[in-house]
Amino acid sequence: MIVHLRRSITFALICMVFFGFVYAFAGTGVAQLLFKFQANGSLTANGSTLIGQNWTSPKFFHGRPDDSGPYAANAKTHTSGGDNPLLANGVSGQSGATNLGPRSRVLLADTKALVAYWHSMGVNPTPDLVTTSGSGYDPDISPQDALVQIPMVAKATGLSASSLTSLIKSQTHGPQFGFLGASYIDVLQLNEALAKMR
Amino acid sequence: MTFFLTLLALVVTLGLTWRYLGSYMAAVFDGRVHFLAFVERLVYRLLGTNPEQEQTWKRYAGAVVVFSGVSLLFTYAILRLQTWLPMNPQHLGNVGSALSFNTAASFVTNTNWQNYGGETTMSYFSQIGALTVQQFVSPAVGIAVAMVVVRGFARKGSSTIGNFWVDITRCLFYILLPIAFVFGIIFVGEGAVMTLAGTATIHDVLNQVTQTIARGPIAFMEAIKQLGTNGGGFLNANSATTFENPTGFTNFLSIYLLLAIPFALTYTFGKMVGSVRHGVALLSVMVLLFSVWVGFTSYGEHQNNPAVAAAGIHSTVGNTVGKEVRFGDTSSALFGVASTMTSTGSADAAYDSFTPIGGMGLMTGMMLGEVTPGGTGSGLYTLLIYAIIAVFIGGLMIGRTPEYLGKKIQAREVKLAGLAALVMPIVVLVVTAIAVSVAAGRAGPLNAGPHGFSEILYALTSQGNNNGSAFGGLTGNTPFYNIIGAIDMLLGRFAIMIPVLALGGALAAKNVVPESLGTFRTDNGMFVGLTIGVILIIGGLTFFPAVSLGPIVEQLSHGRFF
Repeated sequence: MIVHLRRSITFALICMVFFGFVYAFAGTGVAQLLFKFQANGSLTANGSTLIGQNWTSPKFFHGRPDDSGPYAANAKTHTSGGDNPLLANGVSGQSGATNLGPRSRVLLADTKALVAYWHSMGVNPTPDLVTTSGSGYDPDISPQDALVQIPMVAKATGLSASSLTSLIKSQTHGPQFGFLGASYIDVLQLNEALAKMR
Repeated sequence: MTFFLTLLALVVTLGLTWRYLGSYMAAVFDGRVHFLAFVERLVYRLLGTNPEQEQTWKRYAGAVVVFSGVSLLFTYAILRLQTWLPMNPQHLGNVGSALSFNTAASFVTNTNWQNYGGETTMSYFSQIGALTVQQFVSPAVGIAVAMVVVRGFARKGSSTIGNFWVDITRCLFYILLPIAFVFGIIFVGEGAVMTLAGTATIHDVLNQVTQTIARGPIAFMEAIKQLGTNGGGFLNANSATTFENPTGFTNFLSIYLLLAIPFALTYTFGKMVGSVRHGVALLSVMVLLFSVWVGFTSYGEHQNNPAVAAAGIHSTVGNTVGKEVRFGDTSSALFGVASTMTSTGSADAAYDSFTPIGGMGLMTGMMLGEVTPGGTGSGLYTLLIYAIIAVFIGGLMIGRTPEYLGKKIQAREVKLAGLAALVMPIVVLVVTAIAVSVAAGRAGPLNAGPHGFSEILYALTSQGNNNGSAFGGLTGNTPFYNIIGAIDMLLGRFAIMIPVLALGGALAAKNVVPESLGTFRTDNGMFVGLTIGVILIIGGLTFFPAVSLGPIVEQLSHGRFF
């Protein structure tokens, strides 16, 4: 018993040093050496390409209606304002989904309100545009989600529908290696390209 | 179409892994791999153990329990003290006592149930020094215990079954560490974050939004989280977040990693007992059940979400609620099944928002006892329990003393196997009954109606099976759920592990009976079918009444919302 205890404590310490700190520090070192951009969060001038943002102006394509919370890491510095005009669930500063069940009245009411919101913007919404994501900050929309927003963006910016269609096409990423995952468009990159067109 | 290519790619990569990782693991545990011998020797010297000296099952079990207890205390202490420890750029406070206990029990039992949001609760020191460490150690303990049972079948008349310190050291250094490190690098290359620099603040001039973005040493934790069937992510939304699981490729790699060791261990088993055919039989049990669950869960998720359909939106891309665009419906369902059937419990979508059929797929995947393919090590040893019960039932049918791999399965073995098989259903159903009977338990669910019950049942099934996935709407960070959950997890781990170790010891001591014409074959289709039957009867019948009050009612209540 005492032998077990002595060995257990020694082994727990060895593991903490080796599989905790040596592993994480060596990993960080290699990551920063080989993939500095990705390792630091794919940060570009206007934000991370991997973190969804709040787009409210009709001059831009909107992302999915995720809640306001998950952007911030720190509840104190968190600034509100997600894509969701309803400001649904979520703990500020934390990633997360709404977790509403498939037969939830709240989900039904939220979805109805989102459909009405999109109609008021002159958009006939797709399922992605009226539902929230798993992370609470999905940075992507599907090509179809972007196409249905063309009337809104065209009206607000004066750009032609055909030029917006070709912009969407140029920003579409297919499934990875042709078969892994689904087609998507990074909303931040799409809007940066859109801003250049104006 | 792309989904079928994804499945095909998974079959090919896992097939190769099964064969080659399987035989490599057999070589590691037989002591034929030496490339880190200098590290091994150093560890043994620090521990003061002689690697040649083997333990009886009782000493082995003692080491497992004492080491797990020490790990639990270490983890608890770090969480309770994190304010005063370094590497806390967000100045997070100490974790509360009930939550620390739950989290420590969770990571030590390979469950990784999380009643907290990582980015707003855990300092980098806690994530690295407490949680990532257990993500290496707890699967290694599971694999070591599985090796005891394997040796039980492989050995004749032996009073010892290996040395715990040697098994766990070899597993950690030769298997988990190299694979996790390589995949960690790939995850970073795809976009997963790996930095110690704290949060980043960004101002977007186009839409005037300022964001504070949580970062951390995520990517390498991600690799061992999946490989060790742990499932506890750095961030609250787990693998749904881009910083943990940035692309379709990393999503595929995650699914691959969490299935790799549990499947491959059946080859290791076959190799070590001298009959790969027996390994193939166990693999067939796992693959057949797994495929059925992938089938109907993906089907479920490819349907419309009832609430979204009722709001007038009809989807051709399945249920999009709580799913990420870059993964899509079927890949998210595949991830969900792989994660729940391996006791991993990571999530690339909100399982709470799955359709009733999809959610039932995930929940019942765990209720089968985590054997298809189950967790690292725990999947194999639990499946061997079911195999022993199947042999026993088969033996009763034909009126012969049951044997498995030449070992007579007698009263002691059947009792131990029965005990190990019954612990999980009893624990899960009893704690669920307690939770729905008291106000503190009923206060947990976010959703109303049958889905609220599903959230409670899912949570306690997940913890009792050491899975760790959740219907995330449940508010788990309360004293009631923290403590009952911790008890659920500890019993679900150790009340199975100890009978399993005793079984390994009992089997190792036996001599081998020569095979005769009348021996019940345990490497053919008949045996595979019998074992599947046992799993479905124990898991299916025990939980059917509970499941019918949750997802089944929900599915059948057409047009009603709660």
